[in-house]
Amino acid sequence: MINFTGRFKAIFLITMALSLGLTASATFALIETDQLSRPELSARYRQLIDEYRCPKCQNQNLAGSDSPISADLRREIRRMLEEGDSNEAISDYLVARYGDFILYRPRLQQGTYLLWWGPALLLITGLLVAGLFIKRQVTRAGESDLSGKQAPGDALSVKEQQKLDQLLNASPASEPSETTPPPGDKPSL
Amino acid sequence: MFRLTQIKLFIPLLIFIVLASMLYWGLGRDPNAMPSVLVDKPVPLFNLPSLDIPLESAVDEPEPLVNQSVFKGQVTLLNVWATWCPSCRIEHPFLLELAERGVPIIGLDYKDENAKARLWLEEYGNPYQLVIVDQQGKLGLDLGVFGAPETYLIDSEGLIRHKHVGVVDERVWQSDFLALYNSFGGATVSVKGGEVRP
Repeated sequence: MINFTGRFKAIFLITMALSLGLTASATFALIETDQLSRPELSARYRQLIDEYRCPKCQNQNLAGSDSPISADLRREIRRMLEEGDSNEAISDYLVARYGDFILYRPRLQQGTYLLWWGPALLLITGLLVAGLFIKRQVTRAGESDLSGKQAPGDALSVKEQQKLDQLLNASPASEPSETTPPPGDKPSL
Repeated sequence: MFRLTQIKLFIPLLIFIVLASMLYWGLGRDPNAMPSVLVDKPVPLFNLPSLDIPLESAVDEPEPLVNQSVFKGQVTLLNVWATWCPSCRIEHPFLLELAERGVPIIGLDYKDENAKARLWLEEYGNPYQLVIVDQQGKLGLDLGVFGAPETYLIDSEGLIRHKHVGVVDERVWQSDFLALYNSFGGATVSVKGGEVRP
């Protein structure tokens, strides 16, 4: 049985690896038809087509899209790269035609501040709230330790502790009616 | 009066209401609606052949070149179409009707074959004053075209004033185009029933 599952596992893994390899090479082939003259241009090209969005198919980048418009835009990007244009120039070119929509990495500008700084703002707010919460818990615990005052939902007061001890020490043979449970206590406990 | 702890209990409800209303608002939005960045900008420069219809000589001769100046002097619709585009077939009868009402329409045959385009216009009728041939899709790219059909309203100065992605029909024309068309001084449009709108 163990042998069988082992073998099965091996076959499964090999199949998975093979199919992954196949899909990877297929994707690779799609991009690799677009050869650029220098390897550094190819690297920039890969990075750029990852960061631009296909205008037609809204949830794909240029690298992953088969649509004709993406092919056109990829061709334009290759042309501009070969002509020595900077990444900014390529960005400007695309934004001038398709708008900010095309950028998967939005520019830092009025209207995108919230997008860029929102997560940090939320994190800071979260940390502040958590900090305040912890601080309050700690001071509350300290207060109840020192004064013995009852803090709601917190450590037991002296009186409660005595009651608890009494309940725990009661012999199991004794009848339930002898120990009166405190009001609000569930009988099942 | 509510105590602070009681008010705190309503925070999740508040968050829910805000989220739900945002999502509801999002439901009604068209995710394909992309405002063109070219609105109020001039038609991009181009120098492209125009389609010779009907083909006068037996040989497919090089066709006369046209440029952005074809949009000067009158309020025009620029309609991006192609024979490979099924929605263009749906849109076509309405374009014919608009042309009949007196709206000047210039076609941009986008990434298409001339022979097929000619056949299409001969078969279904020609609403275009002129058809610009953009086989490489270069002008389409400069216009930010991402799929046919697209229709642009271009004023007499050659500035793009409105862009519509998708089929233009009577409803779209009435709601999105007509007022703008009139405000930029478009040629007189006759309305159904023979009335003439100033």
